[in-house]
Amino acid sequence: MSVTSLEFQAASAESAPEQAIEGRSQWQLTWRRLLHDKIAIASIVVILVMVILAITAPLFASLYHHAPDQAFTNTGTTSTGAPVGPGTHGFLLGTDYIGRDLFIRILYGARISLFVGIVTTAIATVAGVSVGLVAGYFGGWVDTVLARFIDTVLAFPFIVLALALAAIFSPSLTIVLGVISFFSWAGISRIVRGQTLSLKEKEYIEAARSLGAGPWRIMFIDILPNLLGPVLVLATLYIPTAVIFEATLSFLGIGIPEPTPSWGSILAEAQNYYTVAWWYVVFPSIALLVTTLAFNLLGDGIRDAMDPRTERIFAAGSQRRRRRSARAAVPAVAGGPSPEFPDPPRQPMPPAP
Amino acid sequence: MSDMPPRGAAAAMPPEAAMEDDVLVRVDKLVKHFPVRGGGLIRRTVGQVQAVDGVSLVIRRGQTLGLVGETGCGKSTLARCIAGLIPVTSGTVTFEGRNITNLSRGAMRPFRREIQMIFQDPYGSLNPRRRVGAIIGDPFAVHKTASGAKRKKAVQELMERVGLNPEHFNRFPAEFSGGQRQRIGVARALALRPKLIICDEPVSALDVSIQAQVLNLLSDLQSDFGLSYLFIAHDLEVVRHVSNDVTVMYLGRVAESGPKDQVYETARHPYTAALLSAAPAADPDAAAERRRIILTGDVPSPINPPDGCRFHPRCPKAQELCGQQEPVLEVKAGDPATHQTACHFPVEAGESLARVAGRERR
Repeated sequence: MSVTSLEFQAASAESAPEQAIEGRSQWQLTWRRLLHDKIAIASIVVILVMVILAITAPLFASLYHHAPDQAFTNTGTTSTGAPVGPGTHGFLLGTDYIGRDLFIRILYGARISLFVGIVTTAIATVAGVSVGLVAGYFGGWVDTVLARFIDTVLAFPFIVLALALAAIFSPSLTIVLGVISFFSWAGISRIVRGQTLSLKEKEYIEAARSLGAGPWRIMFIDILPNLLGPVLVLATLYIPTAVIFEATLSFLGIGIPEPTPSWGSILAEAQNYYTVAWWYVVFPSIALLVTTLAFNLLGDGIRDAMDPRTERIFAAGSQRRRRRSARAAVPAVAGGPSPEFPDPPRQPMPPAP
Repeated sequence: MSDMPPRGAAAAMPPEAAMEDDVLVRVDKLVKHFPVRGGGLIRRTVGQVQAVDGVSLVIRRGQTLGLVGETGCGKSTLARCIAGLIPVTSGTVTFEGRNITNLSRGAMRPFRREIQMIFQDPYGSLNPRRRVGAIIGDPFAVHKTASGAKRKKAVQELMERVGLNPEHFNRFPAEFSGGQRQRIGVARALALRPKLIICDEPVSALDVSIQAQVLNLLSDLQSDFGLSYLFIAHDLEVVRHVSNDVTVMYLGRVAESGPKDQVYETARHPYTAALLSAAPAADPDAAAERRRIILTGDVPSPINPPDGCRFHPRCPKAQELCGQQEPVLEVKAGDPATHQTACHFPVEAGESLARVAGRERR
């Protein structure tokens, strides 16, 4: 989308130099720098491929005539009942323990993972930004109440709540979305609050107040645009966390209920079969790893692109050194997601059978 | 809400109170204290920063009142109190005869259109993430007076009026120089056709050649739109250039006020005299002849100001009385009725404080 808009802009600037005196926004500059970051571009490509695969999953299902929850007891399992390996009987990545097509199930799992990752991050971002803005801008008792609430949420053991909820309600997509959103907004909120506290002391906020602008207008028109940078980076980094969160819940059996495939539940099933069917563990793990890595690297790339100073300072060093130093320098610059970032739930390793 | 200024205060008011039609803003015994809280668990108030302590002044229609004083003397706090940006501890601000002290946001709203501000820092006062057109269009958006194409047209007219290229409305503040940014601030302040513009050190962040351009722009706008200015600065020459009247503040109080020429030519307060003697002269002959009054010591803390006259610990003419009794802002013998000084022992004509100071130091 943006490549064409840049081209369009370049073209219009050439054709009408007098008319097109338009300032380049921070976003255009950031995008331009991002385009020079090979790792970020690769991450975008990987994410796009994942998204396209997820969207076109039914297409693949009909192409192979393999529904995601269709068990092929004859062709999909060996005579002893074990899964068949990649490439046999038209199963691209092999089958699972009851003879379902693993490739199709991973594609459908991508739908769940990406959907959960993006939707929960969207909910958490909207909620986190709103709460953070209100707490930071109004201050006083409003801030005290909201800040303590944020602390409480951040201190809450999420697995305990997830297990409790799963015990009360039967596992469902709604519960998963709710639990992940609930544990994600607080980190964003805390950073937004901190930034708002410093931004509201700026002279242009006083200028807005002297014009008679109300608190909501100031929060969303004057302060919010200055927060979008760090929030975008944070959100990009929250997506993989949410993806892993969902996989964790599904792995524990309190996530997406059967028979809907999810990377977490596939891995949970696979833990009994990995000695006889390596593909059963490896391919869903790779899908999970590649997706989360791509989002993380993209988030890093956006962070670097937002703050060109780190790039300039370390341009002389090797690519790796630059990246490491940039990451170390970030907390002061972008609001520093790392200290406030809740420990991402670890990807559970299948225990020995 | 009374439409009349409180009668009881009339006695303390400056003599020009008679010309009531002429008065746009009257500030009466304005006090602004900021509480200082302790660091303990219970944050009790341990003191007050007496930023503004009983200031009275008058801004007349179509005229400029210059407000001078050292950093930290309460100039900017006073400006923000008049603009209704911070609550006032006590005292009143009257705009066109109506009391606007500590109004709620809704009640203050109509007055926001009449009182606008230009800020000191042309970098800090413009939102870096918003386009200039949006910044200048903000007043129209907030007061819902124009939208869409009409707003854009109004914004471009304003930009042209303050000497900016109207084609640049899509640019970001970072793409302008300091002087251009200050013009953006002027355009924003001008948008709603206010009656009063409070200029809080509008040129002190600009270099000298740009200062002159912005000052000329401000004076053109004043004659075109009949604006009144409260012009805050610490550059005495700038204040002299733009003002009709001058008020000198020291540590939250008015030291001296009067018509520009009166104050500059015949300063009666020792502090004013010291300030004027410290201003560099552009003429080298004059500079060689000039005799500075060197003040000793620092400005005392506004948390714990000296008793009596606040200037007395640094004053070359201070006597015992100065530390005991607070001088009243009044017309001194031989001065016109508009020239008031708060001093027990005002400087007499021909008296040189530089010599007095020298004797004190010995």
